[in-house]
Amino acid sequence: MKDWIAIASLEDIPRQGSRVVELDHDDRVNRIAVFRTVTDDIFAVRDKCPHRGGPLSEGIVHGGLVTCPLHSWKIDLATGEAVLPDKGCTRTYATKVEGGRVFLKLA
Amino acid sequence: MATLNTSHAPASPEGTRSASSGGRSARMKLVLVGNGMAGMRTLEELLKAAPDLYDITVFGDEPYPNYNRIMLSPVLTGEQRVEQIILNSWDWYAANGITLHTGRKIVKIDRKNRCVEADDGSRAEYDRLLLATGSRPFILPVPGHDLPGVVGFRDIADVDAMIAAAGRYRNAVVVGGGLLGLEAANGLKARGMDVTVVHLGDWLLERQLDEPAARLLQQSLEAKGLRFLLRKQTSELLRGASGRVSTVRFKDGEEIPADLVVMAVGIRPNTQLAESAGLHCERGLVVNDTMQTYDPRIYAVGECVSHRGIAYGLVAPLFEQGKVCANHLAQHGVARYQGSMTSTKLKVTGIDLFSAGDFMGGKGTEALVFSDAAAGTYKKLVIKDNKLVGACIYGDTIDGTWYFDLLREGTDISQIRKTMLFGQQHLGDSGHGPAERVAALPDTAEICGCNGVCKGTIVAAIRDLKLFTLDEVKAHTKASASCGSCTGLVEAVLAHTVGGNYSAAPSKKPLCKCTEHSHDEVIAAIRNQELKSMEAVFQALEWSTPDGCATCRPAVNYYLLARWPAEYKDDAQSRFINERAHGNIQKDGSFSVVPRMWGGLTNPHELRTIADVAEKYKVPEVKVTGGQRIDLFGVKKEDLPAMWKDLSDAGFVSGHAYGKALRTVKTCVGSQWCRFGTQDSTGLGVKLEQLTWGSWMPHKFKLAVSGCPRNCAEATIKDFGVVCVDSGYELHVGGNGGIKVRVTDLLCRVETEEQVMEYCGAFTQLYREEAHYLERTAPWVERVGLNHIKEKIVDDAEGRAALYERFKFGQQFAQIDPWKERAEGAAAHEFQPIRVVA
Repeated sequence: MKDWIAIASLEDIPRQGSRVVELDHDDRVNRIAVFRTVTDDIFAVRDKCPHRGGPLSEGIVHGGLVTCPLHSWKIDLATGEAVLPDKGCTRTYATKVEGGRVFLKLA
Repeated sequence: MATLNTSHAPASPEGTRSASSGGRSARMKLVLVGNGMAGMRTLEELLKAAPDLYDITVFGDEPYPNYNRIMLSPVLTGEQRVEQIILNSWDWYAANGITLHTGRKIVKIDRKNRCVEADDGSRAEYDRLLLATGSRPFILPVPGHDLPGVVGFRDIADVDAMIAAAGRYRNAVVVGGGLLGLEAANGLKARGMDVTVVHLGDWLLERQLDEPAARLLQQSLEAKGLRFLLRKQTSELLRGASGRVSTVRFKDGEEIPADLVVMAVGIRPNTQLAESAGLHCERGLVVNDTMQTYDPRIYAVGECVSHRGIAYGLVAPLFEQGKVCANHLAQHGVARYQGSMTSTKLKVTGIDLFSAGDFMGGKGTEALVFSDAAAGTYKKLVIKDNKLVGACIYGDTIDGTWYFDLLREGTDISQIRKTMLFGQQHLGDSGHGPAERVAALPDTAEICGCNGVCKGTIVAAIRDLKLFTLDEVKAHTKASASCGSCTGLVEAVLAHTVGGNYSAAPSKKPLCKCTEHSHDEVIAAIRNQELKSMEAVFQALEWSTPDGCATCRPAVNYYLLARWPAEYKDDAQSRFINERAHGNIQKDGSFSVVPRMWGGLTNPHELRTIADVAEKYKVPEVKVTGGQRIDLFGVKKEDLPAMWKDLSDAGFVSGHAYGKALRTVKTCVGSQWCRFGTQDSTGLGVKLEQLTWGSWMPHKFKLAVSGCPRNCAEATIKDFGVVCVDSGYELHVGGNGGIKVRVTDLLCRVETEEQVMEYCGAFTQLYREEAHYLERTAPWVERVGLNHIKEKIVDDAEGRAALYERFKFGQQFAQIDPWKERAEGAAAHEFQPIRVVA
């Protein structure tokens, strides 16, 4: 699985917000949160906080971070790492925007 | 290189080639003189803010990396070792690319050529210089003050000398009965010496305690075996046969044996270096609010500094200074240090004392005093103009932090003055049990009930991770990070662990880390400067982040919405998920749905609809809430709009059970059915709910109407409660049944339902306009005082009417059912995942 997958147009994702991509893949549904920051950068991470599994897609997006809605851990969208002193990491996925379309890469 | 040069100046010789042309690095050079806590904290803050701006060189005259000077007392007593109190290891300096020179004292600053010179002749150039030279103990200039065996209590060398003396000699004399002197005496006693404390004043700690409290302290220290000589002036130190000090002689001719003399009569800012460089000093190196000295390239922080005429010796203010200084060194240029209020605790095991502000009192002040000498408890609160201006507590200090907050916030205490001496009664309501002395709590005692954090865990984190502030403790241990009810206890543990030099907080509290401004300043700016968008607020108030954070965005969004209901467009992305999705997020990511039932009334048709909806969407759990509504749990986010459509078609609107908004109006059955009812409480409840539903608030807001003083609707623990009586209606405000139970205050009595509506609308609006975001009415009422609210709502009929009008005006825009809008397709992206088959 090395190809880029077109998932949405940039406008489908609210600025300072996110959309969940439900990916049917190998008979498994993979929930990936795709974020659009205030500067229109796009990031994708597994929709699961490393702390207690909260849905990161529901968090408030500020700068390059998202704050988890359950217990307010801050996750760096570029690396998937929790902001210190919290420790943990969620998986990240490569993204790109071309011609107003957002693409995601699984591996 | 030359091609990069856009100017046409003649090429300089070194401009042509430079493998390492010495000092032509792109980075500026920063030199720190003073390898102590204040200076190093500044560097840590600077590295966070601008990691690559400077090449940094640090000079320290002690042979150690930066260590925690506060912890010298436990090292002296043997509770800790020197290695345990190192804050920045040698490796830390290396890892951060900092050049560290220990054991070298800077003796000269050449401001013209911008370089410093050390006592071994080595030099370092700077673009910016940071002076953090600290202070030195004041040594009484009596004959013999320079004899072997006479030391201060300031650094590791002093502690080493004291420990060595304790191993060989018997008699120790500590000159000075202040915090430092008592800690030294306690430590030497623990090391087995016979210790006498000599003090010039009438009682111990006269800068921290009044006489009665100091007497209690002295008694318990005497019980530990210390001796005290008060009102004694040291006149001479005599040399013994060995050449070492042997005797202390006093002005009255008396003499006592002394093999070790510790001078702890005070500290002096170390300004010699600064003065020799011609920098302006007045009992401290003078800096402005940006921590800059009179030479714009030279900054200064810490105990050597005089800021607005005050030289601070406690750690929290110094760290505040460091933060501000780093902000300017990083060229952000927005922070200001505006002074700190300080409080003190003594770090002697088993002894709790606390003092803050003007605890002696004086002209125009009154004092509330509680004294129980047998139990070893003493409390004095000094009040002026209905405000707490000072506190001095010995024994049970659990309420110290609460008093300090009252003092700092300038809270109107007229309503609580009868009981405040007995402490914050509700501290510990949620499972903490009676307020106990923190010192006496075992390590296994649970401090934070939400996150299950024990005292031992907090103490270990403070010691091992070198924490100094409540925010740091919160971040690392999660203690008090959830509901916050144990904040007082956590602060007490913090104060007790870092002890003597702990001191709280800057004089004002910023809204969040993105800004220096407080809630009140932001609210005022939105009003006065007519700021009508988030960007305008961030720009006008110089936010340090491009788009705020998860703390300030919801707050600013609310303030804008409350101030400009007709003009401001709500920003969904600045809403917490519950308010964005109009349901309560549960721990598995599902949502709960609570339809509004006016006044708690319902009927078969509504109940049938709810039953049908619950079956249709396979709702796993249906529950009756504490606010007399029905809650449907476990709804999938995608199902919400369709479910809302079914509910909406049956006449339901959102119950706002998820929002910082009007939640419910709880009612009892009232005069329509109840044999005791005096008025139609259900009918009034319905009217109040129809008036107030949909309005956004600083926090959740609950109403209740009880039909008689039996108060079955529990109106006296609500934000606004109505208790019907035969002659009319009692209006109660500021109650809370949650984290801290608080019974309402009686606002007034009115005669008609119309008056109830007007007072309710006006009170709600006042709260919406004045309270801080996430501040319930209970702490708000306590902060501004009931008198203030009575003045605005009860005494001022015109003002009340205007508040009521403003409330009703805002309601036109707020009473649009968010569920119906979304059922009809608004914000569809919020609820629909993007499905992709890969």
